[in-house]
Parts: sequence; structure tokens; C-alpha cells
Amino acid sequence: MSYIAILLTFVFINNFILVQFLGLCPFIGVSKSSANAIGMGVSVTFVTTASSVVAWAVYYFLLVPMHLEYLQTLTFILVIASLVQLLEMVIQKISPALYQALGIYLPLITTNCAVLGIAIINITNSYNVMESFTAGFAAGAGFTLAIVLMSNIREKLDLMPVRRAFRGMPIAFISAGLMALSFMAFDKALLTNLHLV
Amino acid sequence: MKINWKELTKGIFKENPVFVIVLGLCPTLGVSTQVSNALGMSAGVLFVLLFSNLLISALRNFIPDSIHIPAYVVIIASLVTIIEMVMHAFVPAVYSALGVYLPLIVVNCIILGRAEAFATRNTVLDSVLDAIGMAIGFALGLTLIAVIRELLGSGTITLFAVGNFDGVIRIPWFYNNPIRVMSLAPGALLLMGYLKAFFDWTGARKKDR
Repeated sequence: MSYIAILLTFVFINNFILVQFLGLCPFIGVSKSSANAIGMGVSVTFVTTASSVVAWAVYYFLLVPMHLEYLQTLTFILVIASLVQLLEMVIQKISPALYQALGIYLPLITTNCAVLGIAIINITNSYNVMESFTAGFAAGAGFTLAIVLMSNIREKLDLMPVRRAFRGMPIAFISAGLMALSFMAFDKALLTNLHLV
Repeated sequence: MKINWKELTKGIFKENPVFVIVLGLCPTLGVSTQVSNALGMSAGVLFVLLFSNLLISALRNFIPDSIHIPAYVVIIASLVTIIEMVMHAFVPAVYSALGVYLPLIVVNCIILGRAEAFATRNTVLDSVLDAIGMAIGFALGLTLIAVIRELLGSGTITLFAVGNFDGVIRIPWFYNNPIRVMSLAPGALLLMGYLKAFFDWTGARKKDR
């Protein structure tokens, strides 16, 4: 599969939030303002990209030679948790400004389904290291796209008359549903039409 | 010894993890396309939640406070690995249908949330009751969503095949007139929105009275 095809697949066709429902908790929780949404999106992209590569390396250089493939889930979650800690320290050291902006989101990311999800999906699809890197970045970009669109919708919704029972979470879900409906326009046929498969 | 039944029942309605606390959404929406998948997922969550609450409440005085989250994650991940291997061996159809959502039980907020909010400061018996109640509440929520989605989306209710019965119940009228969007991603989000609004509405009405 070419890199453009992977990029299109994870940003549009299999968008992590709107099609696969991975990372829904932060999607609903952190999408109240667009500034926070951008911060969360950038942090997640950072972590999905890095953890895809690291999880790939751990799987193929450590687990496969030792025939411990069944420990995949356990090792991946530990690798991701340590990686997030490490990233937090590195960012704090290199760029305090960036740390100020992303700091509060980083600890939340360890338990984000999207991060563990992309690591496992890379292994299931038997991607090589560059493909894993692309998939990790694309998954994060798709997440950012969806959460930023959502935060803009919710900022507008705050000014709209919404019935009491629908206020807050229910209307957010319904807006997400309508957004997912429009994402259905991106289909696997897109890749065939663009001669990418 | 007095059994505190309130710990069991609160997870089913008053603090239902799916509709009231809204935790663990990824699997709820991801696997609710077929009733059989929802039941498989519920069984997985019941097993992991029960044993993680049991182990964590039993070990709560031994785990140092500063590393309690990593310790919990290791316990939960080991339990998930066990259930993954068991399902792969005994119910391969459910295992492949659940796909990536099965290992993702590790990061399911319900399990770490209950460990953190309940099992760290309660006795083993209370924690087990809490786990069973929460798991039943999760199973009810997930099954409700799956039944509605499968009924409207494809007009069937898929259970497990036994003997001659292939496990698929076809509902007469709906089977010929399926609303396909309900079994796709947008249907799950829309349905979740309407159900959440319904539960908020009934909750608010009870409070007004």
C-alpha cells in the first residue's frame, strides 16, 4: 500500500473518531473550545506517531524473536505510558512554551484508545516501519481534524436555543453523528478511483 | 457479615457507566453492530472488571501510592491478555469480530476508573459487588444499543448458533426494510445522542417531582 493511500485511509476513510470510535472520550470531553481542541489534537498526533514507531520496534525486535507475541497488549501499554512520560520530560526541557501549551493534555493521552489502537492496528496490518510511521501520523491528523471541527460546531451550538434534555452531551453526540454521515462520502472506492490500490 | 447490596445495584441504574457516567465509549459504539458481539464484549469486561477490582482491593495496602497507576495498568493488562487468549481459543468468531476493541479493554475508562475511584478504598467484598454491578450496567447499556442498532440496521438479532439454529433471528418487517445507516458509524453516534437525551430527561423529571 502506498503512503498516500495510508494517509487517506486513516485521515478520511477510517477516521479514528468518526468511523472507528477510537478516542471518543477526549473527543467529547475536550472539544468545548477550539484552543483546547487544537492542543489536544497536536499532542495526540505527536504521541500516535512516536508510539507507532516504538511499538513496531518493540514488537519486531523484542517480542517476535522471543516468541512472546501474546504479550503484545501488556508491553504496548507499558511502552506507551513510559513514552508519554519521556516525551513530557523532553518537551519540558527543550521547549517550556510548548510544554505550557500541551502539558495538561499529555498525561490524559496514555489512556486514549487511539494511541494503543494505532499500535495494534499497525501490527495487525503488518505494516513496515515507514508505513507504521505514516499510519500513526495520519491517525493523529484525522483525530485533530475531527476534534477541531467538533469544537467549532460546539462553540456555535453554545449560542443556539437547544432543548434542555439535549443540552451538552446529547447534542454533541448528534452533531458528531451528522459529521460522521458526511465522512461516509469517503469510501474505499476512493482509493481505487485514484489508482492507489 | 453484612452484604451491602447497594454497591451492586447502583451500577445498574443510578450510576450506569454507559448512560450516566458516560465511560468506555469506544467499545460501546464500536462493537454494538451485532448483539452477539455486544454480549462477547460484556463478558470480557465482566471478567476483567471483576478480577481487577478483586486484586486491586486485596492489594490496596501493599501497592505504594506513588506507583499505583502503573501497577493497576499492569494488573489490568495481564487480565486482558488472559481473556484475549481464552476468547481466541474457545470463541474464535467473537474474537475476530471484536478485533482491536478486545485489547482496548486495557484503556477502557470504566475499569481504571472503578479501580481508582472504588477498589483503592473499599473492602474486597464491596469491590466485587461494585464490579459486578458496574459490569451488569455496562452490559445492559451495550446490549440495548446493539439491539436497537441491529434491529433497525439489518432487521435481525444475532445470538450464538446452537445446533440447527444458526443464531440469527430475523424480524419480519424490519428484515425487508433495513435502515442501513443505523449499522454504520453515524447511526451509533446519533442513537447514543438520543438515548443520552432520553436518560437525562427521565433523570431530570424524577428530580423535579
